[in-house]
Amino acid sequence: MCPCPCPPARPTELAARMDFGLVPLALLMAAVTYPWRAIPLLLPQVNRLPPAVRDYLKLVGPAMLATLAAVSVAVVVDASRTERSFHIGIEWLAVALCVAVAALRRSLLIGLVGAVLIVALARAAGLAA
Amino acid sequence: MILDGLAMTLSAVGFGFVFGLSARAAGFTAVDASAMSLFVFAGASQFAAVGYVASGFGWITIVLLTALLNSRHFLYSAAIAPYFSRERASTRAAMAFVLTDEAFAMSMSHFKRIGHGDRRAYWIAAVGLMFIPWNIASLAGVLVGGQIVDPRQFGLDIIFPAAMAGIAVALISGRRDFVAAISGAVIGVGLGLAIDPAVGIVSGGLFGPIVAMVAVRTPEGDTDVPMPVPAGPPD
Repeated sequence: MCPCPCPPARPTELAARMDFGLVPLALLMAAVTYPWRAIPLLLPQVNRLPPAVRDYLKLVGPAMLATLAAVSVAVVVDASRTERSFHIGIEWLAVALCVAVAALRRSLLIGLVGAVLIVALARAAGLAA
Repeated sequence: MILDGLAMTLSAVGFGFVFGLSARAAGFTAVDASAMSLFVFAGASQFAAVGYVASGFGWITIVLLTALLNSRHFLYSAAIAPYFSRERASTRAAMAFVLTDEAFAMSMSHFKRIGHGDRRAYWIAAVGLMFIPWNIASLAGVLVGGQIVDPRQFGLDIIFPAAMAGIAVALISGRRDFVAAISGAVIGVGLGLAIDPAVGIVSGGLFGPIVAMVAVRTPEGDTDVPMPVPAGPPD
């Protein structure tokens, strides 16, 4: 109990104080993210990279994005984040549809809408979890 | 690029909204979630952080995992750096702040198409189509999340992987790109299952291109892609 004569904090004031609880965490996360983004852009003479490095960097985009998609769809982590499992479900079909539309029609928007509809309809019909 | 841009905005809105919902469910306040979207601005790691916070992980662990997961941005930054080598350092520093998977993908496919860097297109992609919608949507998710029972029933959780896969396809212009994408996905899933999804994601992005360079010795489609030409004079 505070010994000073100040009035006790009201619930709204307490809530307001607690509102900033995770802001320092966000700042720390930003502090470890920004250097990854900035260092290569700020390095001088970066356009004189060896051809092999340039070749490598050209391949990073498709590799990284395909990895993000595959891991997001295929790897499921439990609530305690200790157990991982391989997942097969309607999400695979939805992503495949989006890929097909993007490749054949060159329209990511239509592919995304189709993917969302497939998953939503399958879940509504009880065909997918 | 306009249609792809709209798709990216749809992705940012849907994914950001789901992030807001998840953050609310994990006990984040609107300020917490907005601070994360504003300062970190990296969807995958924000989602992971929500899960880690909800699971009771310590901050040091969360920060280390964030650093690991977002290390892929180093590769993105290195890949687009040649296109902006003549920009001012302050401009490049600002560009770095909003560099994301989507901004990278949209910019690179646009730069490849036109054969040189395009500063204005980068800002439109990174800020107009991603940063602003993402922040508004994530805040909306936190604020109205209590009224939505389960966002999964609307299929919103598929937006991120579908968008990533669709953009990857747009970046594939030869057999090497294709092999890099498949190799990265296989490595990522394998290590994601064996160790951790964050490790899998970074490893797939790092080693997929190496596998492609070894497996496909003679570049095909890539050789006719113009090399980066610096964008116009600094502003």
